[in-house]
Amino acid sequence: MLTVLGALPFFLYVTVFLLLPIGVLAVEAFRATDPVTFEESWSTDSIVAVTEGAYRRAYLGSLQLSAITALLGAVLGLALAVAILRAKRGRLLRRLVLTASGVLANFGGIPLAFAFIATIGGQGVVTALLTETLGLGLGGFSLYSMAGLAVVYLYFLIPLMVLTIVPALEALRPQWREAADNLGATGWQYWRHVGGPVLAPPVIGATMLLFASAFAAYATARALVGSSVPLVTLQIADALSSNVVIGSENLGKALALGMVLLIGLVMIFYAWVQRRTQRWLA
Amino acid sequence: MAGVTALAESVAGAGGVAPETPVRPGRRGAGAWRYAVLAVLGVYFLVPIAASVWFTVRERDGVSLETYAEIPGAEGFAESLTRSLALAGLTVVLALLLMVPTVVLVNLRLPRLRTTVELLTLMPLVLPPIALVVGVRSVLSWAPDYFLNTPLAEVFFALQEPALPWILVFVYVVLALPFVYRALDAGVRGADLRTLSEAARNLGASWPRVLVSVVLPVLRTSVLNASFITVALVLGEFTVANILGFETFPTWILRIGGSQPQLSVAVSVLSLLVTWVLLLMISALDRQRGAKESS
Repeated sequence: MLTVLGALPFFLYVTVFLLLPIGVLAVEAFRATDPVTFEESWSTDSIVAVTEGAYRRAYLGSLQLSAITALLGAVLGLALAVAILRAKRGRLLRRLVLTASGVLANFGGIPLAFAFIATIGGQGVVTALLTETLGLGLGGFSLYSMAGLAVVYLYFLIPLMVLTIVPALEALRPQWREAADNLGATGWQYWRHVGGPVLAPPVIGATMLLFASAFAAYATARALVGSSVPLVTLQIADALSSNVVIGSENLGKALALGMVLLIGLVMIFYAWVQRRTQRWLA
Repeated sequence: MAGVTALAESVAGAGGVAPETPVRPGRRGAGAWRYAVLAVLGVYFLVPIAASVWFTVRERDGVSLETYAEIPGAEGFAESLTRSLALAGLTVVLALLLMVPTVVLVNLRLPRLRTTVELLTLMPLVLPPIALVVGVRSVLSWAPDYFLNTPLAEVFFALQEPALPWILVFVYVVLALPFVYRALDAGVRGADLRTLSEAARNLGASWPRVLVSVVLPVLRTSVLNASFITVALVLGEFTVANILGFETFPTWILRIGGSQPQLSVAVSVLSLLVTWVLLLMISALDRQRGAKESS
């Protein structure tokens, strides 16, 4: 009995600071404030409003950006991880890449945005090099756009992929490859029947993690594009800071609730895929 | 459920240093793509760092470190950095006070709760912080709306003191949960704490005594590991502070960015260095532990 009490602080804490805020979100998104009388009432106005127009575009923009960056980050990160693990004289290289990944995966937010502004922003060093010195221009690329954000996001997503996938790659035993080789399998056959199926669940899991962090990213986008690019995190911040529109506070809650629901759907899909792959492996 | 646990397994590598594995000799001719990947990504990762450094030292008449000399005296720098460091310290202490007993209990006495605790600690990993903070903001706004002139409202207002906003500490502990839990759990499992604590119990030690004399010394490296990750997280956290309207180190960088771009890039370069040092400390600790265990 006393031991159960020992776990009580944790559950209380999580209830107050994690479950309560999310629960409040789910309830108060359905509240509305009358613009004239300031009276509160139940209403689905905010929920309906966030599925239309600019807010709908913001959700689609966020989903598109996170899906593209998560896939690119996963492919490039996996390639980098395989490259450093299979290198012949790679111990130093490996340690270097792993340490750098640890740093860069944690190097997000505001400092990262400023590093890229200094590089390919309007006054950036590389911008100056390409346009003034070499006379090439940036080829229509702008840091302050969706494509620009994708380039910046990959800077922390690729290291995150390397960190999460290296343990799974290390679990791939060299003996399996040797056995496949001895039985006359080609490289393709090995990956098709042995390596691929074993790696699929962790790779999908890591990709989901990348998707979630790109979807939730706010600081980098805020520092780079203000609110000129349709992203749901930027729209939430706008709705909350607006004192002009009455009830925009509720709009912010509805937008945030939508994010939670979308992430929930992604996690359900992920759990389903995991179960499928596990059944296939068994 | 199984899916989330698998996700946790894959996150375990973050911040740590992996053991060596036997390397299969590469096949001849198959290595070209490897060098291409390394070259392209090497350029991609090194250029922004090099460009940022160059951006901060270039002057009209050559190179100077003046921008870096300006940092300590910059308006708001000392204040926001001190506040962020204080928040980081408080977050570490609170997170450890909360999680060390919980992780130990779950591992030794309450294995039935394991899945629930794991699931709850992993939620902040996929839950967007901005959604969490919008919820926190709604709860905080209850004070003027519903509880005015009650002690509870006083507590709510005290939490939002701009000089040292405790509410940030409480939210940051939630954000740090996945990392703190993983680090401590790995430590408890790796040390075979069950045998050690059973031995102590058999010799007549009380549970608090076990916690202080057996658990804490064994968990020393995991505790340090968890602390460093938490410090790195708090020092870089922007979303929560920005939405709740407090000035911390990252929000200060953004504020000065408009008027003093060189200064803000210089501070960004320094903060990259600080993260680097913090994580090098973690990997040095891990290597030390690895060396001790194998000897």
